[in-house]
Amino acid sequence: MAGFEATATRETKTRSFWADLLVRLVKEKPLGTVGGVIVLLLLLVGALAPVLAPYNYNDTSVCPRLSGPSAEHPLGCDQLGRDLFSRIIYGARVSVIVGLSVSAIATVLSTFIGVICGFIGGKLDLIVQRFVDAWLCIPPLFLILTLIAVTGPGMLQVIIVLGLLFGIGQSRIVRGATIGIRSNTYFEAAKVIGCKTGRILLRHVLPNVTAPIIVLFTITTGSAILTEATISFLGFGIPPPTPSWGGMLSEAGRRYMLMAPHLALWPGLFLAIVVYGINMLGDAVRDLLDPRLRGGLGRYDVAVRKLPKGVKIDAWQ
Amino acid sequence: MRAYIIRRLLLLIPTLLLVTMIVFCAVRFIPGSVIEMMAAQSGETENMDATIRAIRHNLGLDVPIHVQYFRWLGNALRGDLGRSLWTQESITRELFQRLPISVELGILAIVIGLLIAVPVGIFSAIRQDSIGDYIGRSIAIFCISVPSFWLATLVVVYPSIWFGWTPPLPVIPFLQDPLGNLRQFIIPAILLGMVMSGTTMRMTRTMMLEVLRQDYIRTAWAKGLKEQVVIYRHALKNALIPVVTIVGLQLPILVGGAVIIETIFGLPGLGWYFVDALFQRDYPIISAINLIVAAFVMFCNLAVDIAYAYLDPRVHYT
Repeated sequence: MAGFEATATRETKTRSFWADLLVRLVKEKPLGTVGGVIVLLLLLVGALAPVLAPYNYNDTSVCPRLSGPSAEHPLGCDQLGRDLFSRIIYGARVSVIVGLSVSAIATVLSTFIGVICGFIGGKLDLIVQRFVDAWLCIPPLFLILTLIAVTGPGMLQVIIVLGLLFGIGQSRIVRGATIGIRSNTYFEAAKVIGCKTGRILLRHVLPNVTAPIIVLFTITTGSAILTEATISFLGFGIPPPTPSWGGMLSEAGRRYMLMAPHLALWPGLFLAIVVYGINMLGDAVRDLLDPRLRGGLGRYDVAVRKLPKGVKIDAWQ
Repeated sequence: MRAYIIRRLLLLIPTLLLVTMIVFCAVRFIPGSVIEMMAAQSGETENMDATIRAIRHNLGLDVPIHVQYFRWLGNALRGDLGRSLWTQESITRELFQRLPISVELGILAIVIGLLIAVPVGIFSAIRQDSIGDYIGRSIAIFCISVPSFWLATLVVVYPSIWFGWTPPLPVIPFLQDPLGNLRQFIIPAILLGMVMSGTTMRMTRTMMLEVLRQDYIRTAWAKGLKEQVVIYRHALKNALIPVVTIVGLQLPILVGGAVIIETIFGLPGLGWYFVDALFQRDYPIISAINLIVAAFVMFCNLAVDIAYAYLDPRVHYT
């Protein structure tokens, strides 16, 4: 019976955690809410791409090559006579897939490495951390280009390479958080009363590294989308027929940019807006989940400014 | 402190060995090796096997990979980074020509980034949740979010359409014509600095917010000190310490991450050299650049940690 009650309370608590986060986001973080709306729109467009796109993204016969915006083709056409608007919409789908899968891989990997290293410590930690050091020492773009050169281009390859890249790099943060937990009284208490390692990991360590992991997840999504665009722009990422925003800038934007500047403008603009939205959301979530920034206005003069009009505290000054 | 530095320096050795080993092996696994490319270029069709064997021998790639690695390592330790497989040019000399370009671009970008980031960050923190704070933060996050390759493309394209302006080529050495050199570097540096300023600004803001919530700041307010004194003399000094570390950690990203800006603006720095080498499978160049950048990154990290202890007397390393 006691076990049942514990489960029930835990469930309501988890639900209220997310609901609470959402309410606080909308109430306290207007910029974060704007970011959240952008993210929601991106997800919708990505999911509904076949419904929303007026033309097939690869149909080269729908409009005159390199023509500017018109009523049928609001964003104009590319160098092969494909509708740019449809390609942008499908590009959103590519960005959603890449962003979410890379974040998922990176989060699982960094949690695994970070928690194990931080929890066990000792020689294992020392050795694994040297590998992480080595990994972090190579500038990210060098590492990506080298790895992609080995795996070959393609969406799956890009996802795996970026997932590895972000996952290993971020394991540092999870490791730090885990080590921080180890010095807490509740951790020592759990050990003293004889909890098994698995229980300590699942019930005491994981829930307490959730906040940094959520923050990492949102931030990684933005970086992953941006990085995918960058390497596709360089010609190492997702190969041409697939409409990746970065790839569109590279194949059409650069070569035909003097004749048709709109080709260089739109994919980049959407890319910037989407990453901006994700980063805004991530920033707000971090602020909401960071215990160091919680509570207290911290500043006397802010408190004064927030007082209702007419209330004076001249006596203090 | 000395013991700490020595231990950190000793830890650099295995890490550096690991980095070079990983890269050394990885590039040799890239499909479409340099031997195949050279054989295809030689025009030989009848005696392909013999040609391939000859090329492999000439390039010194016919010995086992660990022998190649230790041969390369031995030479690198003596300061010889080898020669390009294609042009036979000395890599060390080439690096000395390209390094100043990357370094100049990097330094300019950092200065510009800090000039934007620190004032905006301070303002955002001391007027938290005001309109100004929202604008400042939006700009900072926009700087991180906007793809630098896209912005660079636009900067190259639109002015050339509207005013007939194009980035000057080739590179003007600073000593020959300082103004012309600066004019050439300033726009790519602003673009890179923008990307940097986003992270630095957020860090400045977060640290200021954290410091402003501390007891000694409350004491300073309670003493009746002016806002300027509290902010600049009490809060800023402590808040800027982590900002210094962030800038230190960004140095290496600049050296390696300027690849795209260098390519678009035609500045022959390290990044461009690396991408060319990767396309041509010029193994020694890839290894050399990786060695240099990795060593630089690790020294920067160490320097940041030491600077931390120097700037913040509460931090002790043992």
